[in-house]
Amino acid sequence: MNLIFDLARGMLSRRRRQTLVSVLGVALGVAFFIAIASLMRGFQTYFIEQVIDVQPHIIVKDETRRPLPQAVEIAHPDGAVALSGVKPTERVRGIRASAEKMAILEAIPGVFSSPILTGQALLRYGSRDVSVSITGIEPARYRRVSNLEKDLIQGRLEDLRSTANGLIIGIGLAQKLGVTLGDTIIAVSPRGVSLQMKIVGIFRTGLTAMDNQAGYTLLKVNQILQDRPNVVNQILLRLNDVTGAEALARQIEARFGDRSESWEEQNRNILTVFVIQNAIMYSVTGAILLVAAFGIYNIISTVVFEKTRDIAILKSLGFTEGDIQWLFLLQGMIAGLLGAVLGCILGQIMIEGLAQIRFNTETPAGNDRFLLVQDWRIFAIASFFALLSASIAAVVPARRAARLDPVQTIRGAA
Amino acid sequence: MTSPPPALLEAQHITRRLPEGVTLVQDASLKVERGEFIAITGPSGSGKSSLLYLLGLLDRPTEGRVLLEGRDTASLSAAELASLRLTRLGFVFQFHFLLPEFSTLDNVLIPIRRLGRLKGTAARAQAMKLLEALGMSEAAAKLPEQLSGGMRQRAAIARALANDPAIILADEPTGNLDTRNAAAVFDIFQRLAAEEGRAILVVTHDAELAKRANRRIHLVDGRIVSDTRAG
Repeated sequence: MNLIFDLARGMLSRRRRQTLVSVLGVALGVAFFIAIASLMRGFQTYFIEQVIDVQPHIIVKDETRRPLPQAVEIAHPDGAVALSGVKPTERVRGIRASAEKMAILEAIPGVFSSPILTGQALLRYGSRDVSVSITGIEPARYRRVSNLEKDLIQGRLEDLRSTANGLIIGIGLAQKLGVTLGDTIIAVSPRGVSLQMKIVGIFRTGLTAMDNQAGYTLLKVNQILQDRPNVVNQILLRLNDVTGAEALARQIEARFGDRSESWEEQNRNILTVFVIQNAIMYSVTGAILLVAAFGIYNIISTVVFEKTRDIAILKSLGFTEGDIQWLFLLQGMIAGLLGAVLGCILGQIMIEGLAQIRFNTETPAGNDRFLLVQDWRIFAIASFFALLSASIAAVVPARRAARLDPVQTIRGAA
Repeated sequence: MTSPPPALLEAQHITRRLPEGVTLVQDASLKVERGEFIAITGPSGSGKSSLLYLLGLLDRPTEGRVLLEGRDTASLSAAELASLRLTRLGFVFQFHFLLPEFSTLDNVLIPIRRLGRLKGTAARAQAMKLLEALGMSEAAAKLPEQLSGGMRQRAAIARALANDPAIILADEPTGNLDTRNAAAVFDIFQRLAAEEGRAILVVTHDAELAKRANRRIHLVDGRIVSDTRAG
C-alpha cells in the first residue's frame, strides 16, 4: 500500500545515518558476493571451456565398465553359483565394428566422430630416446573433434597424408629431441616394430604433458607401428551441444557395451572441486549477509523502540496489526533493496577494478589477469538473498511492533 | 412493536481488570447519544482514561460489553475493531502524537488514505477543509515541531475528524495547553457537538472546563459515582 510505503520511508529517513550504515552492510555483502562469484565463475567457466575445447566430449573406449558376464552367470542368473579364478580371455583389443558404430553415431545430428588408435612408442633421434604416446588419426575426421589444427605452429594437418610416415609432435618434445620440421627420426613400438618417420608438424597446446609427450600420425601408420592392423581403440566424439554429453555417453554404452566417458566423467574430480569451491563461496558471502542482516535487525528494532508512540497512534487511528507489521517489514525491505542496488554498483566497480590487475607470470595458457564472468544472474542472486535476509531480519521487530498494546503506550506517555 | 433506535455508544456493566488483579473500571454503564458533549472527570487513577479506551475500542472489557450503534463489539476481531476506529471513532490524546516526519497536512491525510475512500486531490481537499475549519490552513505544510502546542493539538483534532467519525474521544486534550488554548479546544468540541451532531467524550481533570460540557460523568475508584446533565 502506498500510504504504508510513505510512512516507512518517512520513518527511515529520520534515522538517516543508521540506515546508511545498515544499507552499507548489505551492500558490502552483495558486492563481495558479486566480485567473488564473478572470479570463481570466470575461472570455472574458463576451465570448463578449455576442457570442452581441448578434449573430446565423449570417448568411446575398447573396454567394458564391468567384466563380461560368464556363461554360467547368464544361464543361472539367480542361482547360487560361485565363480573364482576367472582368467580374462586373450583377445585382440579394440572397438569391434568401429566403422558401423561410427556410422550410427554420425547419423545423430550435431555429433561428429573420429576413430583413433593410441599406443606408446620410443622416438629416437641421434643418441636421444624419448618415450611418447602416439595417436593414429584420420586428419579429415580428426580435425572435426580436436583443436590440433589450431595448435599447429609449424606444418599442416594434411601433410600427414602427403608425406609417407609423417609425424606431428609437440614443441617440448621437439626441443627435447632437438628436431625441427623435415627431420627424420626413428620410432620403435613396444611390439618391436620400427619405422622411420618424418616430422611434418609441430604443435603447442600450452599443456606441458601434451607438448612434451604426444605425437600424431596417420591411423594406418600407427596401426602398422603398433602391429594392430585395422584396430581402432577409441572413438572420439564432439557434440554441438556439450550439455548432452553425459546422456549420450550413457546411451552409447547401453547400446554398444563399450565404455563411454563424457567430458564430465573424465573431469569429475575437478568438477567436484568446483562444487566445494562454490559451497565455500556461498558460505562466506552468506556469513557477510548474515552480519548485514543483524544490522537491519538492529535498525528496525531501534525504529520500533523509538516509534512506540507512533505505533500506538496509528493503531488508535484504525491501523491493523497487519498494517503495522507490514510497515516495519517494508522498512527492512527498503534497506535491503537499497543495499542490493548499492551492492550491485559496488560489485560492478570491484569487477572493473579486478579486471585491471595484471600478473607478471607467463602461464602457458597466456593468462596474466583474472578471468571474470559478468552474468546478470549473479547480480540477481545476490540481490535476492540480500532482500531475503533483510526481510527475515525485519520480521522479528516488525511482529513485536504489531503486537504493541496502544493503551499501555498511551498510558505510559500520559 | 418498534424498538427505540439504539444509542450511538453504549456500555453495559463493563469492568476492566488487569491480569495482576488491579481493577481499572468497575461495573460502568452509560449511553452516549448523538450531539452529546460529555466530560469524564475524577481524581487521577480513578479509571477515567481506562473507561475512555474501553469506549474507544482500544481496549476490551474483562466483563460486560460495549455496543457501537447497537452492535456488540465483544465478538469482533482486532481487525474489525481497527476498522471501526478508522471510520466511526476519532481520538485526541494529551500529547498530540503527530508523526514527526510528516507535515500537518500529511498527518491529517494518514487516516483518510488508510480508509482509501477519497483519493489524490479529493483526499487533500478534505484534509485542507478540516484544517481550515480549525484555523490551521497556514500550518498545513509545516512539520509538527514547527507548530505551537495549541496548533499541534488542533492538528490532532483535525486528524481525529479526518474520516468524519460519529464519536470523538479525547484523553486530557488540554493537559499540556495554557488556559487560552485549552478554552479554544473546548470551543471546538462544543461546536462539533452542537453543530455537527457528533458525540464528544472528553476526559479532563479541569473542573472549570468540564462545566462547559452538557453532561458530566464523575468517576471514583473505577466506578461512576455521578452522571449529571447540565441545563
